[in-house]
Amino acid sequence: MISFLEYDFMQRALIAAALVGLIAPLIGVFLVQRRLALLGDGMGHVALMGVGLAFLLGTAPVPTAMVTAALGAFLIEFIRNRSRTAGDVALALLFYGGIAGGVLFASLAPGKASSSLNSYLFGSLSTVATGDIWALVVLALLVLVVLAIFGRELFAVSLDPDIAQVQGIRVRVMSTLMAVLAAIVVVVGMRVVGLLLVSAIMIVPVAAAQQLTRSFRSTAVIAVIIGLVACIAGLAGSFYIEVPPGPAIVILALACFAVLALIAVPIRQRRKELA
Amino acid sequence: MNQPIVSIERLCVEFDGEHVLEDVTLDFHAGEFIALLGPNGSGKTTLVRTILGLQQIDHGKVSLFGIPVRRFKDWQRFALVPQRLPGASSIPVSVWETVMSGNIRPRNRWRPFSRSEKQAATAALTAVDLLNRRHDRLDTLSGGQQRRVLVARSLATNADVLVMDEPTAGLDSANVASLIALLDSIKADGKTIIIVTHELDDIEHLVTRAIVLGASKHHSVGFDGPPPVPNAFAHDHHHHHDAIIDQAPPVVGMQP
Repeated sequence: MISFLEYDFMQRALIAAALVGLIAPLIGVFLVQRRLALLGDGMGHVALMGVGLAFLLGTAPVPTAMVTAALGAFLIEFIRNRSRTAGDVALALLFYGGIAGGVLFASLAPGKASSSLNSYLFGSLSTVATGDIWALVVLALLVLVVLAIFGRELFAVSLDPDIAQVQGIRVRVMSTLMAVLAAIVVVVGMRVVGLLLVSAIMIVPVAAAQQLTRSFRSTAVIAVIIGLVACIAGLAGSFYIEVPPGPAIVILALACFAVLALIAVPIRQRRKELA
Repeated sequence: MNQPIVSIERLCVEFDGEHVLEDVTLDFHAGEFIALLGPNGSGKTTLVRTILGLQQIDHGKVSLFGIPVRRFKDWQRFALVPQRLPGASSIPVSVWETVMSGNIRPRNRWRPFSRSEKQAATAALTAVDLLNRRHDRLDTLSGGQQRRVLVARSLATNADVLVMDEPTAGLDSANVASLIALLDSIKADGKTIIIVTHELDDIEHLVTRAIVLGASKHHSVGFDGPPPVPNAFAHDHHHHHDAIIDQAPPVVGMQP
């Protein structure tokens, strides 16, 4: 028996880490495909506002962050549809507002809320509550079910929105769905990985996987494997060397990227010769 | 019985107050091979986007198979062949996935791809002579091969009407020749083809009807008839190969 699993809080943290390692890269492939790699980052900032609000109002952080992030997703899609260029700046404003508002609300909250804000920024081993686990499992299952039904349409929209529309696909609905899914991933990952780094688990495994792969499907599958390995091993490692789990998980994912990028050089060369 | 595939009546389209299309009236019929010609800014790309429901209509009417474009649902009868797919260069997408993506439709969402859809994709890739590359990343193929994959993508959908955006632009003569042979066989299959292009040179022998846009401020359509285009309507050849998608303003989607 691995010793860290003797603790209840570690079991819960492990489940939460495995959930985010599974779903984050599945959403990340679409974000990378649409060149929206930083969208998850912004979503994390918006979710932080929800955490600050929860401290201030005394509500539960996970549901409050989920509602805030979902509203943020709708707002982001609305801004992006209005204008491409002005949208860029408007999004930046929204993201700054999220992080500033989050820290401000937390500081105004009674008690030592602002010090526990740190655990939401970089993740924590001990903060996944028993009640949280069920919420995280339900949210992760929701992401998987939505992807099973709408995944191909999301793929078509990511290939080219205009062509997707000519195929009868409702592009705006799919884009909003994508943003909401990213918001869910952010909330599922915020306890263990932290809001500042959770989007890395959407993007880094995908960047690592695509060094080797030749298809969208294989990229998604390998990214999920890398995401799961980084999340679980990073979590265990952070228990032993006593660091926040978020940075440990992300550094491991980046190490996977570095190794695969090195391996990929001779493999690509060989494929080119064979082609 | 001889209902037009596309019927355009007195169409006007504006961007930011500027009139791009003025008073366009055209009927397209089954089996035609139509070339939409004109210089940059003449509205040929806008016309195609309007036909496909991607561009708002300011005045006039566009109907597809007798149904106003806004209410048209039978989109599998149309296939758009772009110059490139932006989402296939940001991440690995295989040739096979590219071709199969033409079959993604809302009504198919509850089932996996069918055997007949896979057979059609195999047949289409065989027709463009790239079946052996189906497992490769699309963006590792040459420009001409990628263009052929995108044609295969439209063939695999069994659409009646193929709309192509400058299919020969930027290709060397060998690739142009193989693409023209492909267009010839598609035409022989009875499909209707609408091509947006700057120049007729390479495809003139296939085209049954050339339409020159950008004629005047009050009436966009200049020449409309079988080639050759009389010199009076020929324009300076600008070799800017703008894609339909790059040129147009954002209408849908969330491109950055």
